Amino acid sequence: MDRNPLRRQLQIMRKSFFDQGYLDEQFVQLEELQDEANPNFVEEVVTLYYRDSARLILSIEQALERKPFDFNKLDAHMHQFKGSSSSIGAKKVKAESTQFREYCKSRNREGCTRCFQQLKKEYATLRKKLEAYFQLARQAGPMETACRPK
Amino acid sequence: MVFRESGYCSSRNDAFPTGLRVLVVDDDPTWLKILEKMLKKCSYEVTTCGLARDALNLLRKRKDGYDIVISDVNMPDMDGFKLLEYVGLEMDLPVIMMSVDGETSRVMKGVQHGACDYLLKPIRMKELRNIWQHVFRKKINEVRDIESLEGIESLQMTRSGCDLFNDGHFLGGDDTTSGRKRKDADNKQEDRDLTDPSSTKKARVVWTVDLHQKFVKAVNQIGFDKVGPKKILDLMNVPWLTRENVASHLQKYRLYLSRLQKESDIKNSFIGMKHSDTPSNYSTVNLGLHKPMKTMPDDVLNGTYSFSVNNSLAQSVDLKDQGDRNGITSVPMTEAKGALSKDIPDSHKTKSSQMSFDNSLGSVDSGVSFASFGSTTPARCSWTEIPEIQSKQEYEPLQPEDGFNQLPLPETSMIAKEVNRKRTEVKPLFDEYRSNLVEHLSPADLVDSFPVQNKTQMLKSQVFNPISGTKSSMKTEDISQNCPADSDFAQRNLNAAGIGVPLASFSEDLQICWLQGDGYPINFALQDFDCSEYNDPTLIAETPLYLYDAPRFDHEHLFDSSEYYAIDQGLFT
Repeated sequence: MDRNPLRRQLQIMRKSFFDQGYLDEQFVQLEELQDEANPNFVEEVVTLYYRDSARLILSIEQALERKPFDFNKLDAHMHQFKGSSSSIGAKKVKAESTQFREYCKSRNREGCTRCFQQLKKEYATLRKKLEAYFQLARQAGPMETACRPK
Repeated sequence: MVFRESGYCSSRNDAFPTGLRVLVVDDDPTWLKILEKMLKKCSYEVTTCGLARDALNLLRKRKDGYDIVISDVNMPDMDGFKLLEYVGLEMDLPVIMMSVDGETSRVMKGVQHGACDYLLKPIRMKELRNIWQHVFRKKINEVRDIESLEGIESLQMTRSGCDLFNDGHFLGGDDTTSGRKRKDADNKQEDRDLTDPSSTKKARVVWTVDLHQKFVKAVNQIGFDKVGPKKILDLMNVPWLTRENVASHLQKYRLYLSRLQKESDIKNSFIGMKHSDTPSNYSTVNLGLHKPMKTMPDDVLNGTYSFSVNNSLAQSVDLKDQGDRNGITSVPMTEAKGALSKDIPDSHKTKSSQMSFDNSLGSVDSGVSFASFGSTTPARCSWTEIPEIQSKQEYEPLQPEDGFNQLPLPETSMIAKEVNRKRTEVKPLFDEYRSNLVEHLSPADLVDSFPVQNKTQMLKSQVFNPISGTKSSMKTEDISQNCPADSDFAQRNLNAAGIGVPLASFSEDLQICWLQGDGYPINFALQDFDCSEYNDPTLIAETPLYLYDAPRFDHEHLFDSSEYYAIDQGLFT
């Protein structure tokens, strides 16, 4: 463990993401891509993700307000969203996306609506965690290469 | 980049795939950023694109600018599979599909559309590291295909050459050897053909002459610009053939054409606009056809077309831009003129046309000059291996493309082969041709008024009239009128055949020439070559393709007809 208390804290936080299933292997891939040429690569990608996926969330929300549901469209949006979420390794968010698509396939309106609420929750939670993480990272100073989760 | 050269890097060291030029297409900006970074880490040269349309534009703009394309399946402006098809058809680059959806059916679809790999998101860097293998594999296969095609071509050439000597003799006339050869080859093909369909395991489909004929016919029917593996497959109506087979064959075909084109391009660049270019032009034309096949978009076509047209005009090849038609046409014009003029006077010289072909083959007397594409008898005879094919082709004229095909193809294959082999002979051939032309003209007395220099004039009267003002509309009609039957068509060809093979460097030109005799411009669907653009009749002649297809005159059509024919010859394996 890093001697620097901040860095240690950072490492603990990071580990918890994996242990609690918020993030998966893909996140590590991003960390491995970070180098001198792109020292803030991971943060940049995450920021880009949240910015881009926000409009998808909005589209889905709007589609859910229409009656009747256009399940095909919902599925298409969610497919896109899922792909995007997979880019940063947002594990829980991705799981909810998959579930949502299942509901779409079975034309389950109730299921879709419920699932989407859950998805938004996970989405927001992850965002908060990552924001805190990056903030801490900036405070802690340049980090060593990410360690793989044990 | 090392890999760019045709010669492959023999040492497989780490540096080998360095600089591989990758084009990444994905509407997801997050993934685009990640992939870019990953590929850069692999030391590849990366270009990113958020839209399929942009990607296609980039690819078309820089023909050889990329080695491989990685594309997402779901994109807002265009289906990833569609993009995959376009890229395969036009540029013949390896394409890797990506998706977060790994369902078997989707993956299957990707493979069917010609994807060389299908990656599931999230993508690991190690998966990207190995994409160079697809580029390399493709290059190896290309070489193999070209070689096999050339093998076939040489075989055909031999046969044709022999047949040409025997005026009026069909396959096997005097030359038993060639006939035998043909038979052997056919037998082999047939054997394989028999075994292929039956084997359910992935057995390589043997593209026999017959099968390839069907393929070409289907492509012609569809229209090059609209061609797609599925459509071709449906038209071909071969139950055991899969879409994948067709797709890969189509790619090979294009590749072959583009190779020929490249070669003739090189030749052309040496030779320049001189007549000597004719032989090379011819081959180029053939090759060019392949190229256009690949490129569906107009601009692409233009590029290729120019290339093929250029065959005669060497220069035009370089004109790739859409706007360059004029440039292209101008070049061919000079050539075409020669060709046309010859045709006109040569209407009666079926024989000579045959002979000319011989010349190109380097065999027969120069007097005759242009192989008779059009001549009924000679045409049939001259193409030994083609007799069957020829007749088939002749029937095809009913469709503009086919007619077109018919004429130049035999020569194309021969010429192409010839050209490939003897670049240096281009000049002499052409010169010979010219002399023949003159010879023919004088004795024939047809062209007393048409000295070589006046070719243009002749052409004008001949070529221009039928064509004037018609462009697309009449083209199709003309064709059908012109080709009521293969014999008629052949006859017409004969008339026009004065041009001979070397002249026929422009398959289009040839077409025109032949038609000229009849006063019917062949409707080659050379869309880009708008008759109106070229007041010069030679131009018209050159763009037989133009007249080709009413709905769409593309270079593609041009290529279709002649190229396909040539390809038929070459792609029998």
